Amino acid sequence: MMLLTALPVLIPLIAGFLLIFASTKSYRLQRVLNLAIVFGLILLSFKLVNTSLLGGHQVYLLGNWVAPFGIVFVLDQLSALMVLITSILAFGALWYAVATKADENGSYFHVLFQFQLLGLNGAFMTGDLFNLFVFFEVLLLASYGLLLHGSGAARTKAGLHYVVINLIGSTLFLFAVGALYGVLGTLNMADLAAKISTAPAENLGLIAAAGLLLLVVFGIKSAMFPLYLWLPNAYSQTSAPVAALFAIMTKVGIYAIIRVHGTLFGIEAGELANFYTPWILGLGLITLALSALGVSASTVLREQVAYLVLSSVAILLIGIGINSPAALAATFYYLIHSTLIAGGLFLLADVIARGRGEFQDQFVTAPSMSSAILVGSFFMFGVVAITGMPPLSGFMGKMLILSAALDHAWFASILAVVLIAGLLMIIAVARSGSLMFYNTKEVGEIPGEKLNAYALLAVIGLFMTGPILVIFANPITAFTELVAQQQFNNQAYIDAILNTPAKTE
Amino acid sequence: MEWLIAIMIGVMTSAGVYLTLRARTFPVVLGLTLLAYAVNLFLFTMGRLTVGQPAIINPEATGYADPLPQALVLTAIVIAFGMTAFLIVLALKSRGELGNDHVDGLDADELKLKKLAEDKVKDVAENKESNT
Repeated sequence: MMLLTALPVLIPLIAGFLLIFASTKSYRLQRVLNLAIVFGLILLSFKLVNTSLLGGHQVYLLGNWVAPFGIVFVLDQLSALMVLITSILAFGALWYAVATKADENGSYFHVLFQFQLLGLNGAFMTGDLFNLFVFFEVLLLASYGLLLHGSGAARTKAGLHYVVINLIGSTLFLFAVGALYGVLGTLNMADLAAKISTAPAENLGLIAAAGLLLLVVFGIKSAMFPLYLWLPNAYSQTSAPVAALFAIMTKVGIYAIIRVHGTLFGIEAGELANFYTPWILGLGLITLALSALGVSASTVLREQVAYLVLSSVAILLIGIGINSPAALAATFYYLIHSTLIAGGLFLLADVIARGRGEFQDQFVTAPSMSSAILVGSFFMFGVVAITGMPPLSGFMGKMLILSAALDHAWFASILAVVLIAGLLMIIAVARSGSLMFYNTKEVGEIPGEKLNAYALLAVIGLFMTGPILVIFANPITAFTELVAQQQFNNQAYIDAILNTPAKTE
Repeated sequence: MEWLIAIMIGVMTSAGVYLTLRARTFPVVLGLTLLAYAVNLFLFTMGRLTVGQPAIINPEATGYADPLPQALVLTAIVIAFGMTAFLIVLALKSRGELGNDHVDGLDADELKLKKLAEDKVKDVAENKESNT
């Protein structure tokens, strides 16, 4: 039972090494192997979710050292949910990469892909702050490789910005970790939470400073205002499957805020309880307003989708900032929806760019592409979901968050910003859709490639989340409410980790 | 000793921040390296400064140095080292692909100046030709 907690980290690690050896052989072998492993990860994550539903926390002690002396992996409902979303998104992105042969544009795509999953799953499973830093570095290093995969001057330029800002983020992370260790003498998250609640008053200022420094670090990862400027460029310049996989990368920042700040500065933290939430709520509202302007100002579809990702991050930040169990449950529902739909939209943008040939995905009048009605219908489906129009999942998610906001003191500004930003985004995507699919030149032959049906399958698969989340809204919201309740019950988390005995055999 | 180390961390951080804000890739790489040095020293001092104390259990010891920050610093050094190596290669790649070492790639103003200078040289050469 305990090993199950370590498996989501071990499998990508071993698979990554296997794929290094396989990369000397044919692409066929690598693709089959990688697809099989990611499919296995999906099955494993369903098993993880099932186990986590029993309640309680599954704790794995690395090297059999008890917490807080050793590193722990913790499986609870939140980490199981994140691993599940990651593996479903990864399967869609990988399927698209294989179907369009995007993995042949450079070497080691599949190896980097598995190491990316290793970093992501590790970040979701770990219960130790320094170990979280290490897994952040693993996932970042893999993401640098994936971002630059396939080369090109524009990609290198965007990659340089992405690498430099993340290196600064890593340095700040270490400063925060060092300050917390210097004051509290531990780095285990459960132990930190227990020690913060009994910390003497003269240390609280330093702890708060370290907490806000961590918020800056996670803000860089999740692209929070004013640290989002790297995102639109990096996401729109990289290859489509990588951009789709990166839809989860911003959510790692969101997860880290929920996990680290929610646990360390929960209601038990005395004077520091929830001191960070006004920051997140305010910055989330600003991010949402600016991302709506970005969506309206985009001249290329991929850039527009990148700004739509930014807007979904902003809504998640608002959900965290409201900070009630209902709001957090709505946040998790929106997180499932926004990650998978945004991933699908990045893939669809590439399908459109391929179909339009030299016109790419720019918002200009061009000859009609092949299978324009089919692709256009999917475009409409995707943007209806992501901008939050009924009847798809975005509407449900936004409605849940807004109804949770009604009890909050800032409800007027939250409602105003979310609804006006939503309206701006609907107008912008309607304009871009009509430019690409209605306002076409009559003459001339079809400019680009024919529609790749296998590639479209990945888009369909990811877009299926939209209707599924609505049809099964009742069981899914029941699940996200459980996740939120478990996340708010910090004492159970602390007890489970600090009281896990070492294995004796 | 404390004030000396505190000043060193401060100087390295400020120099690192200054260099990171420069417009060429090489100073940026140096700035990030300095920031990494500063944070390593900071992490090390977070175990408190002790002189001549063992880090592992010893029955004759009167006190101990905290071994954990030393392990953290080792990890941080290895990661920073690897990242710096990667960043240097990326900076060289961008220098090769974009044609200059500006962090934003092609510097529009500079290109304009270069073009003006070239035009002027051409004009002068043409004038000379027409004169002779």
